[in-house]
Order: sequence, then structure tokens, then C-alpha cells
Amino acid sequence: MSDVSRDTMLLTTPFHSRVEAMCDLNDWGNWMGYTTPNAYFDVELEYFAIRSTTGVFDLSPMNKYRVTGPDAQRYLDRLITRDVSKIGVNRVGYAIWCDDNGQVMDDGTIFRLGEQDYRICSYQRADDWLAWNTLGFDVTIENESAAVVGLAVQGPTSCTVLTLLGCTDLNQLKPFGIAHYTFEGRPMMVSRTGFTGDLGYEVWVPPESAEALWDQLFELGRDYLIKPIGSHALELARIEAGFLQANVDFMPAEEVVRVGRTRSPFELGLDWLVDFKKPLFNGRSALLKEQEKGSRYRFAMLDVEGNKPAEHSFILKGDKQVGTVTSAAWCPTAKANIAYAQIEMPHGAVGDELVAEIYYQRELHWTRLLAPCKVIDAPIFKSPKRWQTPAPPH
Amino acid sequence: MNQYDAIVIGAGHNGLTNGAYLAKAGLKVAVLERNPYIGGATVSRELHKGWWYSNCSYVSSLLRPEITRDLELPRHGLQVVSFGGGATFMRNGDYFGNYSDHDRHYRELARHSKRDANAYDRYAADTSLQTKLIRPYLLRTPPDPTSIKPRDLRDLLEFARSFMDLGEEKLLDTIKFWTASVGDYLNEYFETDVIKAHMAGSGIIGTALGVYSPGTAYVLLHHYMGDVDGNVGAWGFARGGMGAIADALSKAFQSYGGEIICDANVDEIIVKNGRAAGVALKDGTEYRAPIVVSNLDPKRTFLDITNPSDLPKDVLKKARNFKIRGSSGKLNIALDGLPVFNGLDPRNRLMAGDLHFSDSLERQERAYDDWKAGTWSKDPYLDMMIPSLTDPTMAPPGKHMMSVFVQYAPPKVEGREWTDEDKDGFEKSVIDQISNYSPNFRDLILHCETRTPREIEAEVGLTEGNIFMGELTFDQLLFNRPFPGYAQYRSPIKGMYMCSSGTHPGGGVMAAPGANAAREILADLKKPNTVPGGYADD
Repeated sequence: MSDVSRDTMLLTTPFHSRVEAMCDLNDWGNWMGYTTPNAYFDVELEYFAIRSTTGVFDLSPMNKYRVTGPDAQRYLDRLITRDVSKIGVNRVGYAIWCDDNGQVMDDGTIFRLGEQDYRICSYQRADDWLAWNTLGFDVTIENESAAVVGLAVQGPTSCTVLTLLGCTDLNQLKPFGIAHYTFEGRPMMVSRTGFTGDLGYEVWVPPESAEALWDQLFELGRDYLIKPIGSHALELARIEAGFLQANVDFMPAEEVVRVGRTRSPFELGLDWLVDFKKPLFNGRSALLKEQEKGSRYRFAMLDVEGNKPAEHSFILKGDKQVGTVTSAAWCPTAKANIAYAQIEMPHGAVGDELVAEIYYQRELHWTRLLAPCKVIDAPIFKSPKRWQTPAPPH
Repeated sequence: MNQYDAIVIGAGHNGLTNGAYLAKAGLKVAVLERNPYIGGATVSRELHKGWWYSNCSYVSSLLRPEITRDLELPRHGLQVVSFGGGATFMRNGDYFGNYSDHDRHYRELARHSKRDANAYDRYAADTSLQTKLIRPYLLRTPPDPTSIKPRDLRDLLEFARSFMDLGEEKLLDTIKFWTASVGDYLNEYFETDVIKAHMAGSGIIGTALGVYSPGTAYVLLHHYMGDVDGNVGAWGFARGGMGAIADALSKAFQSYGGEIICDANVDEIIVKNGRAAGVALKDGTEYRAPIVVSNLDPKRTFLDITNPSDLPKDVLKKARNFKIRGSSGKLNIALDGLPVFNGLDPRNRLMAGDLHFSDSLERQERAYDDWKAGTWSKDPYLDMMIPSLTDPTMAPPGKHMMSVFVQYAPPKVEGREWTDEDKDGFEKSVIDQISNYSPNFRDLILHCETRTPREIEAEVGLTEGNIFMGELTFDQLLFNRPFPGYAQYRSPIKGMYMCSSGTHPGGGVMAAPGANAAREILADLKKPNTVPGGYADD
């Protein structure tokens, strides 16, 4: 016996026994203090499961907060930048929230479960911020992170597989819609949401259902080529589909130490999520001022020449450094070399031609490459399946 | 009006690519296709209800990513999906598996031989070196070694320099590699029969040569030099079958204003005053254009659809002697379920890759002996895939589609034409081969399309059913493809060009010949080039 008591640093999710059994590569990462697979068997093949069949991702470590009470909607309208009244019952809205300086703290999804009943699903922990914001509102916040676990079930055959699981008429569910089912006597909520840009769903259950849900999904999904996917494959899919990632593409405002390292919604290309016509919300006056005076940075999606991902690249205009890359990948379905960059104003408008200074290493030899790139106006990957209702069978 | 700026004969992937780049440059282009459907050997066909067959070409790796990106093929619906795995089943009930993970692959090699497992890294490095030499030339016109034009001299010098930079030892290895047999090449690295046999398959596919015939080491390279998303040597499926590639190319072509005319069987290229002037169809219809591009193989181009009186004797002779020997056939099979193979759990991911049954070079060479004797192999080499394990659109759920590439099948059986009885015998040899290793295979067959060189030639128009439109041996590669003096896509007739797999860099669904030919045509027309350059390898 060791004379040191064991204190497990990382937790495991309720799916772990199943995840562990399928994780052939034994390649683990730490996500929010949970042991999560970076890859199960082959990053590329996992990625292609998302695009061609069905990929299953354990998203249990996401933070979930239930917001209820007579003022729930008013409270959320204070919290987030978009108009909450436009999110109907059994609908989901993508949202961001800012600090008082109009700097983005996090992004996430708002699930409207009833008239005054919402769930926030966020990347960052938000207990403290959500609590401070209750001042003056008749609202209750409950941290449901451990009480609700989830699987992202994403890809062209995902609707078919979930229908076999008992999700009747799921193909009629519109994008961002929510449907309620029971699974083995317990509630199961399915939302047509995801982080892949493809047809896909997120399935939410109590932790007691986790192992049985996984087992049945993989049993029923076998003929539809269902595969587990790790965080590396998901990362590739989300860059291709144009989704931002907190801590990668922007710093959560509250965690920033150095002056000037935060970003506003405008600087992240999220103007469409800011609604000045609705009631007062956190950061409103700062954002109005920014709209008037102009932003410091611009979010740019770059189509980079060649096939070397512009990871961590400086972006140049002529000889001048005007920006840096936050995310970059060769996109396997779109067959394009894409980078997200933060560009100093006034550069980076759509159509602007810039240069990515790329460094890559082969056999311990570093090469510097100046790759021309162009600012594009929309994500390079567009799957018609993502928006089709009824959802296609494959 | 049947008047165009350019006419391309044959709506295979190279014809469509060529047409797309000409149309992109502003030319009014028509692509003529003999069949009622496009694609040539790049097709998906629903020959059994609910099952789609990539009934000729069946995998994609060589398709140039530069072209895919430039012509926006993903936007036009193309989705290439990687697959992994593969195995060779052995007579003793064991198998050799091909794992994508390096360390898992090492363990599998070591299960058969520790020494081979260790040698594999040396083999991989040496073979990668060869792919690095050839890959930069895929999207380029081969230099003419007899020319003193500045471009040819510059390219030749660059070509020579990349070889001289290797140093003496590696240069000698390279010269040896380009002329060696795949068997001898593999013998320099490995001692285990099944390991060598698994790797040797790539050296003979589509080629009327055996594993011990000189020149087959290059054919191995031809199958390794492609890539999927930068993973050199990786292979993928086009989602929906290979026809998805032709469909996307046709949409790109049409987006630039190009026109596709099916059921247009070209009888002859019209030549006036030594210049191409258009084509005449077998039904008498004529289409006029000052540029005519043939996507047919060199034999058909010069011996079938060009009037011999318009050609110098030299070219007729070279076309006659061009090596384009039929060596393979194909079975496309609809299955009621997943077959089980000896020794391998059907849920193993290796099943999603290329599967084989020849576990020694000896067996592969004997299969070639049968071809030389004028008959199909009694113990055939098979390159078998189950695409429905990767692509759910190929067969109904739980059912499977199997593509079986078969070698060898001679263009003629003991000197005479194939008969239906011969075809049945050929089919039986393949079904028997698979059944020897899979107890439930035979009972799962719902439908089987069998294609000998006779069917491939008749339906697709590939002479002798040769999938590469000409052997990939050094005498027919680079500045020798299709023949010396004519390797830059121009024919002896002004305004008439070639863009098929019979030109550099050869067969496989690469689209490079079509693009390279377009670049030359546009240069002759003094139009701006629309063809992208190749990505630099690192």
C-alpha cells in the first residue's frame, strides 16, 4: 500500500465505461476536469463518420444551468445580447454574453423548455456571473451540469439511427428544434443542434440512462456505420463549419489579465447576435459606443493558398503584420485550407488579399512559407442536409 | 448551331476536366459522349435495385486536390471519404492486417516477423522518397528531352537536378527502383511471404505484368503517390460511388457554360488543310470546332477516329505498337449481409479496407502465368472492397456492396474472343476464390455483374479493357507517354490534342492529364492559363 492517499485529479463522465471500451488509441485529454478521448481509433476516419455516417461525441462536461421563475425571460434578456423573446418554446438559440464593457465572456446555447423555463448550455462555468445577474429578477438558477448528460449524434445517418431508438417523427424536427421522448422510462430530450455544421442532434438524458443509451445507439446504429468521435475530429469539423471556440478563438473576458486581449461580438464577426432594439443588456452601452467609434479588430475567415494549415500564423498586409490566426485546418470535405484570424482594422474586409506567414516542420527542418490568402464571407463547408426538413435518411 | 471553340471527345473524368478548364477560359466547349450517361470509367450505376456499383474504377486517391479545390467540386456535390484498413487472408487460416496506426501496424507485422516489422520503416522511407520525386510532376507537362525550347531545357534541368540532389547512393537506388520488379524491390526489405504479397498487389494492378516483371516497382509507386488530404498513399471513396466525381466535374464544366452531349458516337475527326475542323458522328451529325481534344486512349484516337491519311506513318506505327494490354476484370456484387472471413472478426475495422487472398509472390506470379498462357487465373489475385462499410449510400442498411477487381484476365482467351461460357468460368474462379476464405459468402450473393476485358472495352471504350489506357512502364511514362515526341498533349494535326489517361501522368482517376492538356491548349491559343499549379510537396 502506498502511504499517499489517492485523489483522482480527473473525473469521468457517466458514459466512461463505454467510452473507455471503444478508445483503442488510449489517447485521453482533459476537458473541464473530465477524462475525455482526444481520439478513439483514427482522427481522420472519426471525422469522416461525422460527414458520411454518424459520429457520437460525449458532451457531458458541458455546463448546464436551468433558469426558471416569472422573470426567466427578462433575466436572460439582460444576460445575453440577442432577443430572447424570439426563441420559441421547444426551440434553441445560439447566444453570447458580454461583460459590462461589451466584451464576450462565452458563447453557448439557450434551450427554451417552457414559457419561463430555460436551460443555458455553456462552455465555461458561469455560476458566479449568473448569480450576480439575478439581482432584481424573480428567477432561480440551478446548476444541472451533473444531472443532465448528453451525446452529440451527428452526421447524415443520425436521424435514421435516433428514429430507430424511438425518436418518432424526428425527421420532422426543424433545425434548432427540441423534441421530448422517454428512454427506458426516463426523460430523453433531443435537440437538432450541434457543432459540426451537418445534420445532427444532441441527446440529453439523466446520468442513470447514460450507459444504456450508448449501448442501444451503437447496437441500432451498426448498420448505419455509427462511430464514436473524439475531440480532435470534432475540432476539424467545427473549423470547417465556421464555429468559434472559447479559449481558442477568443478569451473569456473575465479570465483576461492583459489589457486589450478581450474581444467584442463585433470583433468576432457576431454582429448578428447583438440586438440594440431589445431591453437593456450587459455591455449594451459599450457596444453602442463601439458601433459608433469603430472596432479595433475584425474576425476574418481566410481561404489560404496551398495545403499547409496556417496554424499560429502571423497575417501580413505587405510587410506589415496586421493579425494572427486563432484556428486553422486543411478541411477534408471542403478541400480547402481555412484559417480564422483576428485582423487589425481597417484590414480584413471580405475580399481583402493578405498573406499568411506559415512555419512548418518536416524531419526537424523548419520552413517559412508566405501563403497568399483571401478573406471569404462565409464558412467553406455548407451541408444542405443541415437545414433540410424532413431530415434526409442518409 | 453545331459550332464550338473546342470539342472534347469522351465525358470521362479527364474529358470533363479538360472541358471545364477550357470553358473557364471563356471558350465555347462541348463534351461529346458515346454512352447515354457520362463518366466513362468513373461511374456509379444502380444495376440491382437499391445497390449502387462503382462498376469500373472504385477508389479515389490520385484525384488531384488542386483540381478538386479549384473547380469547387465539393460545392458541386463531391465528397471524398477516407477509408482505412485492409488485409490479406492466408491459406493457413491466418491473415495479415494493414493498420493505419503506425504502432499497431508494427505489432501486426511483428506477429509475422519482427525483422520485417523493423524493416518496414526503412521501406516506407525509401518508397516515400520515390513518391516525392514524382509528385511535383503530376500537374506539369513533361519536358521534351530532344527540344531546345527554353521551357523544355529549364524543366529538364530542374528534373535532372532533383535527381542529382539525391547523392550517388540514392540516385542509384532510384534508377534501380524505376526499372525493378516489385518482387525484387520488396525482397530487399522483407522475408515474409504474406507481407510481401500484400504489398506487391499495388505493383501489378491494371498491368499485364507479373510481380517479378521489371517495371512493376513503379506501378506500386503509381498507387502510392496519391493522397487524401495530404496523407500520401491514403485512399478514399467518393460518396455515392465514383460517378460522384464525374457528376461534380460535369456541374463545374456546365457552371462555366460548357455543354455535354450524350449518345454522340464520334466516327471521325474532320481535318481540313492539315488542321482539325470538327468531328463527324456515326449518325452523320457534324460538330465544328478549331480545337478537337480526344479523351480516348491513343490507339482509338489515332487508329479509330482519325483518318490515317491525315497522319504521318510514324504516329500510326507508334499508336499500333503502344502497349495497352488487357489484364483485369471486375465483379460487382450485391450482398444480403456482411461476409465472414476466416480468422477475422467481421466487426474488425480492417474489413473496411482492401482485402486480398494471394498470400505469396509465388501465387501472384503463377496467376500471371495463366494470363501468358491465354486464360484467366485459376488462383486469381483480387483487390476486393466493401464500400458499404464506409459509405451508407451504396446499399440498403445491413446489406453490402462488394467491388472485386480481378487479375489476371487476358484480352483474348487462347487467342480467340471471349465467349459467355468463358465469362462464366472467369466469374466462377473469382467466386470460388472468395468462398475458399468465407464460408457464408456464396449464400449472400443477390446479384453479380461480371466484366471481362470484353465487356469493359465494349461498354467503356477502354482498348482491351486496360484500366490505365496504356501500360505504366517506363517506356510509356513521362516524356514517353503516349509516345516519344508527342508527350505534350499535342497530336501531329494542328488543333487536335490528347487528354486521356494515355498521356502523362497516366491512369487512375487523377484528372491531371485533362488539366495538363487544357493548359497546353490555352497556351497555343494565347489565352490566360486557368489550370492551377501543383501544391509544393515539402
